Order: sequence, then C-alpha cells, then structure tokens
Amino acid sequence: MPVMSYIQAVTTALREEMQRDEKVFILGEDVGKKGGVFKATEGLYDEFGEYRVLDTPLAESAIAGVGIGAAMYGMRPVAEMQFADFIMPAVNQIISEAARIRYRSNNDWDCPIVIRAPYGGGVHGALYHSQSVEAIFANQPGLKIVMPSTPYDAKGLLKAAIRDNDPVLFFEHKRAYRLLKGEVPTEDYVLPIGKADVKREGSDITIITYGLCVHFALQAAEKLAEDGIEAHILDLRTVYPLDKEAIIEAAKKTGKVLLVTEDNKEGSILSEVAAIISENCLFDLDAPIQRLAGPDIPAMPYAPTMEKFFMMNPDKIEKAMRELAEF
Amino acid sequence: MATEKITMPQLGESVTEGTISSWLVKAGDHVNKYDPIAEVMTDKVNAEVPSSFTGTIKEIVAAEGETLAVGELICYIETSSAGDMKATSDTANIETDSNESNEGVQLSDQSMKKRYSPAVLRLAQENNINLEQVVGTGRGGRITRKDLEKIISTGQIPTTSAPSAESNSTSEQEVVQSNTSKPSQVSSAPQPTSQVGDLEIPVTGVRKIIAQNMVRSKTEIPHAWMTVEVDVTDLVKYRNKIKTEFKQTEGYNLTYFAFFVKAVAQGLKKFPQLNSTWAGDKIIQRKDINLSIAVAKDQELFVPVIKHADEKSIKGIAREINELAQKARTNKLTADDMQGGTFTVNNTGSFGSVQSMGVINHPQAAILQVESIVKRPVIINDMFAARDMVNLCLSLDHRILDGLICGQFLAYVKESLENMNETTVQVY
Repeated sequence: MPVMSYIQAVTTALREEMQRDEKVFILGEDVGKKGGVFKATEGLYDEFGEYRVLDTPLAESAIAGVGIGAAMYGMRPVAEMQFADFIMPAVNQIISEAARIRYRSNNDWDCPIVIRAPYGGGVHGALYHSQSVEAIFANQPGLKIVMPSTPYDAKGLLKAAIRDNDPVLFFEHKRAYRLLKGEVPTEDYVLPIGKADVKREGSDITIITYGLCVHFALQAAEKLAEDGIEAHILDLRTVYPLDKEAIIEAAKKTGKVLLVTEDNKEGSILSEVAAIISENCLFDLDAPIQRLAGPDIPAMPYAPTMEKFFMMNPDKIEKAMRELAEF
Repeated sequence: MATEKITMPQLGESVTEGTISSWLVKAGDHVNKYDPIAEVMTDKVNAEVPSSFTGTIKEIVAAEGETLAVGELICYIETSSAGDMKATSDTANIETDSNESNEGVQLSDQSMKKRYSPAVLRLAQENNINLEQVVGTGRGGRITRKDLEKIISTGQIPTTSAPSAESNSTSEQEVVQSNTSKPSQVSSAPQPTSQVGDLEIPVTGVRKIIAQNMVRSKTEIPHAWMTVEVDVTDLVKYRNKIKTEFKQTEGYNLTYFAFFVKAVAQGLKKFPQLNSTWAGDKIIQRKDINLSIAVAKDQELFVPVIKHADEKSIKGIAREINELAQKARTNKLTADDMQGGTFTVNNTGSFGSVQSMGVINHPQAAILQVESIVKRPVIINDMFAARDMVNLCLSLDHRILDGLICGQFLAYVKESLENMNETTVQVY
C-alpha cells in the first residue's frame, strides 16, 4: 500500500471518481490550470480538460449555486471553496436550496453535490484563513458534514460523498494536508458516511473528536499510555448527522468522556455530542462530560502567541486527559 | 439583599468533616462578619465557625449533632448589602503546617470520598456493594467506576452489613480499610452484639478519631520498645526546693514534666534520627523540634504541641504545658495548637504508671513515656540508698530507628536528667 499525504488522498479520490463517472466535475477558484491554491486538484485539468475542471469567478454563492443547479439536473459536481471561511456568501444556497430541495419537492428532486473546503488553523492564516465553520451547518437536516482525520478516511469518505445522493460538506483540515501521511489502498473503496470510527482502544477515558484533533489526541494518548492510562479515541468522521450509537457506546465504555474540537466551545459539534451522552448514558457516567475547545472569541488571531493560545494542540489535550483520568 | 450560603469550613489539613456541637445563633439573629455562629467539633479540634458575612441568619440547615463534610451547607444568611460578599468566605481555612505536609500526602485529601457518580451508584446497587468499605483511587479519594469494576471482576465484594450493626461497624471497618488500602480484605468476624442491660455508646467525635489513629499507627508502624531507669534524686531535690517560690512568682506549677520535656528536646537535637517521619521511599528528618504532649480530659485525649521546644527554657516549657492543659480543659485548643508535632512525650507517670508501651503518634517516629517517679532502694557503691527512680519507656518505629541509636538517645536523656541539680539547671 502506498503512503500518501492527506491532500494526495483527496486528489486521488477526485481523480478516481472522475474516471469512474463522467458526470463528476470540479468547479472552484483556481482549481483548473493552477490546480488549486493547496494543489488539491493538481493534474486534473490536464487529465480531464476545461469542461470538467472549471475555474470560476471569485463568487462563492455562484460556485455553490451553479453546482446545486447542475446536481439537480443529474450531474455530480464537486465544488471547492478556497477556504472554509469564504463559504459565508454561499450559505443561503447551501442551506436554503441544497439542503431543502429533496424535502421541498417531496422527493422529486435531489441534489448530489459535494462542497469541499479547507478549514482550521495553526498555519498562521489569521482570521479569514483559520476558522472552523462546521457548527453553522450542523443543525440543517438534509445536509451531511464529513470531516476526515486520516488520508485513508479522506479518500474513502470523499468517494462516498461524491456518490451520495444528497449534499455533503466535506471539510479538510488545511494543516493536515501535508502534515498527515498514511497508507492508502490503490484500489477503489468507500467508507460509510454517518459512521464514527474507533481510532484507539482504551479503558480509562474516552476521547471523542474529529478532524485534525484526532491526530493530536492520538499523540497525547501515547504519552498517557507511558503512565498506564489507556485512552479510547472515537473519531466522529461525520459530524452531521452524528453517529449516536457509536458515541453512546464509546461514552459507556469508560464513563469518563472528553470532547475535543478546535472550534469555539459554545454551540460547537461537541455540545450536541455532550447532549447525546447525557440523554443516554447517565448511569454509566463516572465524571462530568468535559469539553476542550477553542475560546469563545471571534476568530483565530494572527500573532503566533495568540494563535497558539487559540489553537488546539497535543499538550492541551494531554493535560485535559490527565485531569479526567485522575478524577 | 442577597442570600448567601455558609458552609462547613476546612478547619485544618486532613480534616474532612465536622460535627455541629452547638449553634450560637438562631434564625432571625443578626450577625456581623467574623462573629461566631456555631461550635464545631472536628477530628482534631473544637472550633467556632465565624460568619463569612454581615447579615441576618435566614435558615439553619444543619442540626446540632449532625456531621457534615467540609464544604457542605450549614446555614443560609441574608446579607444586608451585596457589597461584602464572598471575599472572606474562606477565612476559616487554616494553612497547612509545613511540618505535616508529608502527612497530608499520606492521608491524602478524602473530600470526594462520598461523592458518588451515577455509574458508581448503579454498580454498587446492582452488585450490592457497600461503598463505605471501598477505597477510592480518584481525586480526593473518590470511588471511581474502575474501582468498582475491579472489585466486581475479582469477586471480592464488600456487601452491605447487617442493619443492626450498621452505624458502628461501618465506621470501624472504614478505618481498617483506609489503613490497609486493600478493599478486598474486609474482616468477616461477627460484630459483637449487646445483651440486655448493656450500655451502647456510639463511637463519635474524638473517640472515633482516637480509634482511627491508633489502628492506623499499630497497623502501619512496626513498633519496638525500650526502657531505661533514671535516677532523678538530685532533680527531685532541686525542684522541691524551688517549686513554692516558683509558684508564687510565676503563678503556675513547675512540674517535673517540664524538665523531662527539656531533656528530650536536647536529646532530639543531638539525635535527629528520632525526630523524623517515614515517607514510603524516604525518611524525612524534621528540622524543627515540636513536641506533642498528651493531655487527657474526661473521655477525650488531646495532643497539643510545644513548638520549638529545644529553643525554650524550662520555665517557658512549664508555662506552655500549663497553658495548653488549660486550653484543653476549656475546649479552647485551636487546630494550630495541635499541628506540627514531630515527637511525643507522654506523662504517663501522672496516672501512677511505672511502665507502659506507648502507641506512636502517627506519623512520628517515636514516643517517650515518662513514668511515675518512685522512691526505691538502689545499690550505689555496694550500699543500699533510697533514690528517686523513674522509668522512661520509648516506643520506636523500627522502619526508621534501630536499637543502637535509640539506646544512645535514651542514655543521653538519662545522663542529662541525672545531672540536673541545683548547680547545673537553669530554670529561667
């Protein structure tokens, strides 16, 4: 099995899906000739041509709107938002149109679009290039939000997203692009959307997280293992709708739950996970459900010290894990 | 106007609960900040709880005689202004004495011992586990879900005891438990039952603490014993000569005990090994020489401390003994008076005892019993002589100390006592 970076896994998934299905096409800013600002679509323009890899104007609502229209007519568009922060002008298209159309048309129409967007901080990107936006979309039935944490998951889940008959937001952590490498099978495989994945077995504390934080949590867990504390780590993978069964099972396993995200704490994905646990696991809980998240300030600052203060890292997670283990 | 809570204060390190012995106020009373509102008996000391606020007592929540964990609500107070809130709510906290920091580590904080999580309660119920008998490994002694899962998987379940013996047996077994740290080895011996006409005395307060400490000391510390016989004829002569005058000028008695305390303090200075504490992987030798002395009162036993005894004159020691004994008799001893002891001198002679084997005052390394001074025939230079003799009985922690060093220590104390006479001793 070849070892790939996270972004190579994304590119591979796109290429394989475009080869497999002619209806799959890409649109976004600089995705064509340039191959994307992060190079996620590199080589696809040359391989599939300008009609399947479209460079669009700087207009996110148009990217989403064109994609939604094409999807409703039977195409399989993969729209790219250059940064998740820029998705805001397209929110109306995504929520009011893409997420609603199946329900609104009584199942006559559907909208199989994928919207990819790099999210997250830790890259000195400052306010408009560091945000996590998943929570904005995480109470919109009709949408699915996928946030893979490994190259393997990225490929399998992106393929699943493209083949899904409903709109999927696919958030890739931009720091993970070249930071994370892993074995990715060359053959075609699809991972189920809506299923969380146990990334590490343990019996002392349960960590539930997603995206790049899974990687950080795994690093912290290795440090705790040196002291005999075994962490159970559940990767949500799909943050909307949540895999309730897996969350409940993981929470019950140890009764001590730490939820981690780099998004702002209030009203984050974690809040919903915590609610699911408290609704279902009261008599298995051995400690208050803990949330470790970014502070409730508008966005990640540019100054390196302040960015570090905001950004999640393995040390912060390790500290919170130890606190909980000792409780 | 605001309603504030007054909670059971932390009245000393390792103190986890207190019993309200009496309320000094009733609902509707006006109190000023720092006014005493209740008397509380804790493991170590009787103390007054000061009000954290100025205002009117709204509702008294804890009844007299009720035992509450530190931090639990005892009463509500309606404050007269919103301004003087909070800030001083922890004024009753007493700083941990540095000498006993190690004891703190060993005893550890047990404040969470009775805070059960839903998971723990469910497992205890499903498996009929008596949580009083489980040792918690969580923070503050909290029983964790894992603790119970371990007990269940090993099958050694401490079940709920028979209701008749409940209240007394649990506290006693809890003591054994917390000492041995082995939840599985609960004594299965049947609880003694009382016959018609027997008097049942509930074990509470100071009695409970004495029991707890004695069990802890005797189960943890391997005791060994030594006794030396000391000829204090000259000391007796000298003390008898000056005692009346001393009483007149100072207003309190010059007891023999003060001389013994002085001699022991000097001995500890020379043999600091006895002034130490067992700390698992190390022995901590104390710099300060703080002598605990036992003071009995009715059914209770207090162990106040003469701090820096080595730096004090015999007069100073005599005065402090007098003061501490007075305080003990009038229930005025504070937590501070009882903390920081590094060695205990016990005046068993005051009961007429001539020989005893003391139980070491945990976590100290040794205890010295000063027995009764008795006139006895003694052979000196092949002739009988009537001498004032006293036995000094030392109990030692054999993990820390051996016979050699203790023998040297006792020989030193013996010698200094035998040399105490009119020309050598400075009372002032």
